Amino acid sequence: MLNKLETNEGATLHEVETSLVSRRDFLTKAGAFSLISAFVMTACKKEDDITTDGVNLGSGDVGILNYAYALEQLEAAFYTKVIASPYSGITAAESALLADIRDHEIAHREFFKNALGSNAIGGLEVNFSSIDFTSREKVLATAKAFEDLGVSAYNGAGQLISDVNYLALAGKIVSVEARHAALIRDLITPGTFANDLAAGSLDKHMLPPAVLAIAGTYVSTKINASNLPV
Amino acid sequence: MNLQNIISEIEKVDPEIYERTSTRRDAFKGFAGVSGKIALTALPFAFGSMIQKAYGSPQNATAVLDVLNFALKLEYLEYHFYNKGINTALISTAAVGPGLTALTTIRNHEGDHVTFLKNAILAAGGVPVSFVESDFDFTADGTFPTVFLSYDTFLAVAQALEDTGVRAYKGQAGNLIGAANRTVLTAALNIHSVEARHASHIRQMRKARGADVKPWITGNDTGGIGASVNANYAGEQNVIQVVGSNNITITGINGFSISANAATEAFDEPLTEAEVTTLVTPFFA
Repeated sequence: MLNKLETNEGATLHEVETSLVSRRDFLTKAGAFSLISAFVMTACKKEDDITTDGVNLGSGDVGILNYAYALEQLEAAFYTKVIASPYSGITAAESALLADIRDHEIAHREFFKNALGSNAIGGLEVNFSSIDFTSREKVLATAKAFEDLGVSAYNGAGQLISDVNYLALAGKIVSVEARHAALIRDLITPGTFANDLAAGSLDKHMLPPAVLAIAGTYVSTKINASNLPV
Repeated sequence: MNLQNIISEIEKVDPEIYERTSTRRDAFKGFAGVSGKIALTALPFAFGSMIQKAYGSPQNATAVLDVLNFALKLEYLEYHFYNKGINTALISTAAVGPGLTALTTIRNHEGDHVTFLKNAILAAGGVPVSFVESDFDFTADGTFPTVFLSYDTFLAVAQALEDTGVRAYKGQAGNLIGAANRTVLTAALNIHSVEARHASHIRQMRKARGADVKPWITGNDTGGIGASVNANYAGEQNVIQVVGSNNITITGINGFSISANAATEAFDEPLTEAEVTTLVTPFFA
């Protein structure tokens, strides 16, 4: 039944996703006991690198869109706070640029919310207690980290998307994040807009677990990314 | 005993245990983990052979090679443009320190992109296109007669080339979708975002010299370059993003005070191969 659903080209996204979730549930309930017994001793301690509780991003393209939505929520919240409580010595030019970035991230966030509709995760609770918003150095360092992370995240997520239209939309956003990243880096040290590239002068890319491990330090809400495409 | 943890443990030992289904899925499963494991310097050779083996379909491989050669052509254009500029006394003198450093950095990146794409195409059994400086007319058939006589014109052309390059890569992403193309799609996305970083910086360089321009594209505004590049920015004024049958207006979305400018800036728009070809053909002598 599950194989048939997966090879059925006419299956809706929801049907295919349900089949993947159901199989995991089947194994949980029926118990792959012969396999489980071998792992009892090592598996009893809690691993927290992939949470299987918390807000579930979902699977398939919906999962990737929710993943992007989560990251945009984080960025929008950060820049909203930056503009609400600007760092000491912020110039008019810097303020205008950062306000633009805030507006772009809000636009991205709300776009994903509307695109996902009833499949959207809820609002995530952010935790910026480790950031000193009065310090230009600290704020821009955090902004740089978020933007570079966003670029890496979108670059790594592209390959996980099935629908060419969603890939196109992600493509429209990632280059804007890269423009942000370059600008922030130049505000910190002029000319460093594209430092720290990977070999071949390609930008970096990261897969969801690695991205969420970093982003997660700023989000109080637990995020369950265990059903994302790999 | 926590069954969920145990399930997770099993996944770590055999990530495919929950996913093993059709042979088609198995065909590309071998590639899925490779991206993260192989060094990017080895990447062209690795995915070259992947293109040949996956699906056994020459059609898919040809389409991918065409995309890579299209990208290579644009990288050659950019590389030779910056290289010639840096080696033109008027430009290198006017660039003054940080400006020259930035142009050199960008030139070096474009050179690395040329090398990367060329090797990728060769490894996949394709024939890479190749261009030397004399293949180009950077005045674009007289559109920018002062391209190497005025630093501001040079930077204007640089901006247009970078922004157009970003739109070109964006327009090709869809041709690289699919399990067999994961590595090459990722590589294309990774180059695409570097070009966007270039565009951002060039725009800031122009702003520092008095241009009314931001790091991002506002509407279809050329940033003071003028009508000669109107076609490069056509379509960037879009404020509606379409998802299926859902037309999402970004301006004022969900009650947030997002201006039309911000709405257009937040999304960079693609160009088709045909549109890009029309824009860059004048640069080829």
